[in-house]
Amino acid sequence: MIEVRGLCKRFGDVQVLTDINAVFAKGRVNQVIGKSGSGKSVLAKCIVGLHVPEEGEVLYDGRSFHQLGKEAKRGVRQEIGMLFQSSALFDSLTVLENVLFPLRMFATMPPEEMRERAVQCLRRVNIVGKDDLYPSEISGGMQKRVGIARAIAMNPKYLFVDEPNSGLDPQTSIVIDRLIQELTEEYAMTTIVITHDMNSVMETGQNIVFIHQGRMWWSGDRHALLNSDNAELNAFIFASELMRQARRALGGR
Amino acid sequence: MGILLHIGRYFLLLREVLARPERPRLYWQRTLDEMDLLGVKSLGIVALLSVFMGAVITIQTSTNIDSAWIPAYVVGFTTRQSTILEFSPTIISLILAGKVGSTIAAEIGSMRVKEQIDALDIMGVNSAAYLILPKIVAAVLMNPFLVTISMFLSVFGGWLAGVGTGIISSESYIEGIQWDFDPFTITYALIKTVVFAFIITTVSAYHGYYTVGGTREVGISSTRAVVYSDVVILIANYALTQLLLI
Repeated sequence: MIEVRGLCKRFGDVQVLTDINAVFAKGRVNQVIGKSGSGKSVLAKCIVGLHVPEEGEVLYDGRSFHQLGKEAKRGVRQEIGMLFQSSALFDSLTVLENVLFPLRMFATMPPEEMRERAVQCLRRVNIVGKDDLYPSEISGGMQKRVGIARAIAMNPKYLFVDEPNSGLDPQTSIVIDRLIQELTEEYAMTTIVITHDMNSVMETGQNIVFIHQGRMWWSGDRHALLNSDNAELNAFIFASELMRQARRALGGR
Repeated sequence: MGILLHIGRYFLLLREVLARPERPRLYWQRTLDEMDLLGVKSLGIVALLSVFMGAVITIQTSTNIDSAWIPAYVVGFTTRQSTILEFSPTIISLILAGKVGSTIAAEIGSMRVKEQIDALDIMGVNSAAYLILPKIVAAVLMNPFLVTISMFLSVFGGWLAGVGTGIISSESYIEGIQWDFDPFTITYALIKTVVFAFIITTVSAYHGYYTVGGTREVGISSTRAVVYSDVVILIANYALTQLLLI
């Protein structure tokens, strides 16, 4: 479980996040949603420790991340897997080497076992026969899947996914969303997905946190979303006629 | 941003870079790759420049000290001294700052804007050490070899031009390059080379590592890496010359 308490972050004079409080449950796909510029990516970077918040704390199963020492922080980070918006695969390494990278860096198993584990992770995300290709030689959807394989290679307790569907077609997006959900349940991970893709929210949103103007505006599951009377949330989610029709069809307000 | 802030951040980055590596074996493998990329692949341009540099020094020395009072071997002597003391360590390092420095800044800067450095940090890898330390070690080990080769090729280029154009005899030139030789000049040149190699890699890596933005900013970082490396090399050259030769 990851808990965020009273988190505030500003850059210079600009207050980006104000008093964010949220609980992200284990074994569930937790989603942080919000408009572009609402502060959701900054929140994710504060949670994983890439940004240091001015106030508040982030608790990883009770461990206050920003108060930990350097080595202890490194230990927590080794329990985190992250899929970036751009996939962030290393250009100079092949698909297999990318997945092997965290294992070679931190795992204590023999090289053959590392290779076996990496291949197993790639098979799990349905990447077959691409081991020796470089990231530039595979499609965007495949890059995302390789990114997921790399993220789960170390058997993480926490999985962060930043905009998993950006640049992907709707069909591939659904495949990625379902894969994230399956892996979350399979590995009993605390998964946090940063997204503004409504299909993704309706498909896999088990615990949704809505960020608006740097504040936590609403939280609940996708069923509660349909009946919410939060004006800002409704304006964001049901901005299109298609979504409004979908809400009516699903029995929402 | 103030110059003091840059200097402070540069030294903080160095502290991270020089931290204990997570897996020394992986770092060694990366160092070998960097030795190939930064050292072996620079051999061609270093060789070409050195031969022509030596040739030009010989011709210019010969045409400028054309006097009956000055013995012919002075041309060889001047070529050797200029090459060893200044041209090979300093000019070659400035050239390498352009070639190697821009490569380093562009590579690390691209990794920054493509979130690959964030990926390393989140995995718990010391990204600064993993990316920069092998480059420093590679350059510090390889550049003295490149400069030594440059010294030989430059002196050879001088001989080729001098004898080829008939401005000096082979015997006089060889007498000149052997005359009053002080081995400390080689030590001095190699000390400078090692310091310059450290400057090139760390200053360039600093600019790449702190790139913010997109591809345009990667280009800007790359240019800054070359400019600042050159400026710092020139300042260090003056300081080392005063320190070691006076």
